Amino acid sequence: MTRLLTLFALLLACALPARGEEIVAGLSRDSIGITASFDGSEILIYGAVKRNAPAAQTGELHVIVTLEGPSSAVTIRRKSREMGIWVNTDSLTVGAAPSYYAIASSGPMHLILDPVEDVQQRISIPLAVRAFAGPVQMSDVRPFTQALLRIREEEGLYKEEEGAVRIVEDTLFRADFELPANLIEGDYKTRIFLVRDSHIIDRYQSAIYVRRVGLERWLYVLAQDYAPLYALLSLALAVFSGWAAAAVFRLIRS
Amino acid sequence: MQIYLPIAEVSVNLFLLLGLGGLVGLLSGLFGVGGGFLITPLLFFIGIPPAVAVATGANQVVASSVSGVLAQFKRKAVDVPMGIVLLVGGVGGSALGIWVFNLLTALGQIDLVVQLCYVVFLGAIGLLMFQEALRTMRRTKKGGARRKRHQHLWLHNLPLKMKFRASGLYISVIPPLLVGLIVGVLAAIMGVGGGFIMVPAMIYLLGMPTKVVIGTSLFQILFVSAFTTAMHAITNQSVDVMLALMLIVGGVIGAQFGSRLGARLNAEQLRILLALLVILVAVKLGLELLLRPDELFSLFPGGIG
Repeated sequence: MTRLLTLFALLLACALPARGEEIVAGLSRDSIGITASFDGSEILIYGAVKRNAPAAQTGELHVIVTLEGPSSAVTIRRKSREMGIWVNTDSLTVGAAPSYYAIASSGPMHLILDPVEDVQQRISIPLAVRAFAGPVQMSDVRPFTQALLRIREEEGLYKEEEGAVRIVEDTLFRADFELPANLIEGDYKTRIFLVRDSHIIDRYQSAIYVRRVGLERWLYVLAQDYAPLYALLSLALAVFSGWAAAAVFRLIRS
Repeated sequence: MQIYLPIAEVSVNLFLLLGLGGLVGLLSGLFGVGGGFLITPLLFFIGIPPAVAVATGANQVVASSVSGVLAQFKRKAVDVPMGIVLLVGGVGGSALGIWVFNLLTALGQIDLVVQLCYVVFLGAIGLLMFQEALRTMRRTKKGGARRKRHQHLWLHNLPLKMKFRASGLYISVIPPLLVGLIVGVLAAIMGVGGGFIMVPAMIYLLGMPTKVVIGTSLFQILFVSAFTTAMHAITNQSVDVMLALMLIVGGVIGAQFGSRLGARLNAEQLRILLALLVILVAVKLGLELLLRPDELFSLFPGGIG
């Protein structure tokens, strides 16, 4: 398998004309179905650096791969002590925070990438979560955004893995991602950045489609679009199982 | 074995859910309570979003009260007119409770209010039950006089009187309507059936005979929680059928074992145990409010400030 991939990548690298260095990449799968027994998934992102002339440039070659789930607004609330009990008091709304964000890189981020380009491309986790909704009335929002990152990191939703991308012979690279079980449906954006001498020289973008399938899809659509019918279904199920359980145990006892 | 819950959008261990349902079912069979007051906090604890936990808890209460109501009907222990009056109040209360629930969710205070309700109601009921059980125990030992059940309070001078034959009462419909209303509000906010509040209210406030109290309260709980489930499903899409099914399957099995175990134990000791359990849950939730939490921040989906 690996050998085939290598061959394929090399063939691609030879066949296509190029300017400088470019990324040729692929995903081990471009769609994930969430079934009832879904408990996480693995994604392999692999590729090669395509070049015409031999790699004579100065500086080290690095690769950064990001995987980003659909964004949604999040309200972060802080508790403080009011009349002896802990109550949510202050809050900050972040207009769009990715539901999942993972970075894998071939080296420590602060060493391999120019901070200005990091900001422009919004690569590092704190930069990927930055859009605030409406005017911010707080003097210092940092504790809130830090809390968002901390909580999501603890839940395994935000991950930064430095050194997780392996580069072979300055040409082939691969990154493995483990998607958690509590995945949200949507389009997951995959980005690959080719970095040489701290500057991004090429980028590649693709998407992985994460969808509920089968029973999960059916129930979700029913709950969203046919809510009264769904309500009847859940009630019928509850009434039936309550009655059936009593009947079954009566049979067993007699 | 993991199972992905389509509405809660989390993946949970199947056996954990079955076990949770079974444990609560065991307790409900043992003590004759609905178990909603235990299942909702336990669902919070395993990471189910509060809105889904409350709505699905209501659905689970429907299942656990169906078999109870059927059994009580067979024993003719349901006062249907009284049940309907309580139900009318309950449906109104449930609608009000759902409105309050959605409002508090938007304000970010739903967790606090739910916890406060649990602490106050469970604490008060637990203490009352504990005191009552101790008193009964002492009385059975001494063989003292029976307490007078029927008290003529101002409650009984209200208008709109109605005859409730099964209960042997001729009282105004206003107190039962109010009792139903309060229970309905609590059912919607706390995701409970409300039996633990309604039963004492029916005995001490309305003066109903004990033999019809359980059946009539189950009758009301069945319909109010069915209404609550439907309202949550229609307004918030927060009922998770998959989660409910797991809890119900575990719950009905647990309840059967619980009721058989309960038949072997001493009734007064059971009541003291239940009282202690209720107080324990209240103290645990109360401490969470009083002690400084490990994480001061919490995340809520959506952009409502």
